[in-house]
Amino acid sequence: MSDVRERSAVQSCAARPAARVRDSHINLSHGSGGKAMRALIEDVFLGAFGNPVLNALEDQALLPLAVLARHGDRLAFTTDSYVVDPLFFPGGDIGTLAVSGTVNDLVVSGAKPLFLSCSVVIEEGLPVELLRRVAASMRMTAERAGVAVVTGDTKVVEKGAADKLFINTCGIGVVQPGIAIAAGNARPGDVVIVSGALGDHGTAILIARNQLALEAEVASDCQPLDGLVAAMLAACPGIHCLRDATRGGVATVLNEFAQSSQVGIRIRERDLPIREEVKGACELLGLDPLFLANEGKLVAMVPPNDAVRVLAAMRAHPAGAAAAVIGAVTDQPAGMVTMQTGFGGERIVDMLVGEQLPRIC
Amino acid sequence: MKYVDEYRDPEKAKALAGDIRRLVGRIPRAGQRPLQIMEVCGGHTHTIFRYGIQQMLPDEVEFVHGPGCPVCVLPMGRVDDCVSLAERPEVIFTTFGDAMRVPGSRKSLLKAKADGADVRMVYSPLDALTLARNHPDREVIFFGLGFETTMPSTAMTLIQARAQGVRNFSLFCNHITIIPTIKAMLDSPDLKLDGFLGPGHVSMVIGTRPYAFIARHYGKPITIAGFEPLDVLQSMWMVLKQLAEGRCEVENQYGRIVPEAGNQRALAAVRDVFELREFFEWRGLGSIDHSGVRIRAGYAEFDAERRFSVPNIKIADPKSCQCGEVLKGVIKPRECKVFGTACTPETPLGSLMVSTEGACAAYYNYGRVESVARTPALPQDAAAGGRA
Repeated sequence: MSDVRERSAVQSCAARPAARVRDSHINLSHGSGGKAMRALIEDVFLGAFGNPVLNALEDQALLPLAVLARHGDRLAFTTDSYVVDPLFFPGGDIGTLAVSGTVNDLVVSGAKPLFLSCSVVIEEGLPVELLRRVAASMRMTAERAGVAVVTGDTKVVEKGAADKLFINTCGIGVVQPGIAIAAGNARPGDVVIVSGALGDHGTAILIARNQLALEAEVASDCQPLDGLVAAMLAACPGIHCLRDATRGGVATVLNEFAQSSQVGIRIRERDLPIREEVKGACELLGLDPLFLANEGKLVAMVPPNDAVRVLAAMRAHPAGAAAAVIGAVTDQPAGMVTMQTGFGGERIVDMLVGEQLPRIC
Repeated sequence: MKYVDEYRDPEKAKALAGDIRRLVGRIPRAGQRPLQIMEVCGGHTHTIFRYGIQQMLPDEVEFVHGPGCPVCVLPMGRVDDCVSLAERPEVIFTTFGDAMRVPGSRKSLLKAKADGADVRMVYSPLDALTLARNHPDREVIFFGLGFETTMPSTAMTLIQARAQGVRNFSLFCNHITIIPTIKAMLDSPDLKLDGFLGPGHVSMVIGTRPYAFIARHYGKPITIAGFEPLDVLQSMWMVLKQLAEGRCEVENQYGRIVPEAGNQRALAAVRDVFELREFFEWRGLGSIDHSGVRIRAGYAEFDAERRFSVPNIKIADPKSCQCGEVLKGVIKPRECKVFGTACTPETPLGSLMVSTEGACAAYYNYGRVESVARTPALPQDAAAGGRA
């Protein structure tokens, strides 16, 4: 990627000045392959992400293997689509999400994230200004995570055929030799660590949808975790499991670990880091913060002897300042997550069925 | 969290659990049978499982999970009626969230929504009324269900709808009432209960007096209980104390919310809008006399059953489904033939497996108590070791 940036200084791609979008709103011609589409791509997307690979406007990005090989011996490849409603919410927007979500899916394998694709499906009528803001957020988040957007696609669909804006991003990263992180690697005795307060993103979205007439200052935790993971791996290259706790929350990730590794996981409710505002919203709505989505929090299973070091490294990083140990791995009951409740009882923490539906009384 | 954490204090819980253990030794029991205390309300069932309260109690005491989850006692035919109303093209069908997944004989409301019906989740019947005002070209139906807890807000909504002259709003009324239901349970020959935890939110509306017959005629102690885990533990202790002292009374643990005389304004609104039905069909329990309410003639224009032809389908509970026996506490959820096999939260046969307040879903999601009990203790230092 550094090559990409270095060359961009000397190699100017455009033989002619970049076209500008003249319309205030997206219409079907912006996806038709003609001049309007060219203008949209050059103005909005190249304007935000411009780099030599992307600027070439080929049908594909050519990535030199030598650049990749410099970072490790295995390629990590992932994809994710973003359909969040509303598009803008406290703490981020669909653009921040589209970059950090895919970056995080890469980094939890231990990979250094390098390249992203960006495909957008736009409902006609979307203000161009809004698209610019989303592209600017993507650029900012990509710069923060040190990745380049090297290829993309634009489609416009008729009013009603999509909800405002959908984004798909694919990501490529490279994993160093010696790192072996997998959901099946948890061992009895491992310490369970989360990187910070749980449920912020899910709560922020619920409040932003404004159907509940709730007022609380909760911002999404939407952020790339590349720096945090790098710091954790520097402290302990032998981390057993790592996953970002997005949809389904921490409870889902823990169940995936327990089942893949055939171990028991025991957590303590009173050790779960949860903001008072999030607790309050959950109380009111009958939701469980363990199942609420996060967009910048990870769960790690760390060998017991390294736990103190990993936790210290996490807390020294801004994305992990509120990291906490929440439990430990046991051998029984295999495949199950149990919790010592704050009240002193015991219960199972299972996967969620369907959506969390609020209770009525 | 203020006003919440105080009711979840583990130290107080430990002390109460100790008191309960000592008390149980003083209560005469028939043979080896454990003392069975029914929590009538689904909210209590949820608390019991969410905080793992059963495991804190001695083996000689067990909770029997009662019929007080309005979603759980909804018969399949009523769900079918909902679906057929929701599928009318002019209708926006509004419902509380946890009724969405209750299976009908054809489909649930969630499936009807996926198939194109305009089904929307609301948090209050007033939201449904607002929806009606905002969509004058559509018919907005609110699916009213629940005991006396939710009845007053539905009644107030109809009163407001009439005052505002809203013409495109109606109620599909499935409200049920608690006292005849408890009486039917007490009259059931296969029931062997020793006492009750009374429903806190219902009692906030109806007060504590209507329960007097339970102590007087049936000789069972009852404590009206709050919903925080310490409320439930303390109420259990109060019921057991009555048993140990040979008393049968209506006691009120939830005095911070429940006045003896109930809420007169709420009751007046309910009386204004609703009247008792002769009988109402319950899932698993069959027909119970005077256990449901319908809309009075004065509010007929807001009655979805009068306004649309509701098919009023009667569907027998699935044969393999033992919801009725579970509801009466005759069997435990895990003793049901289809528990965890044909009937799971993903594919519920009975509605006890649907709602978070349903005994079966609670057992499945939080309980499966034996496996939790076998879990080795978390070594103190394993979790603490990593704390910087």
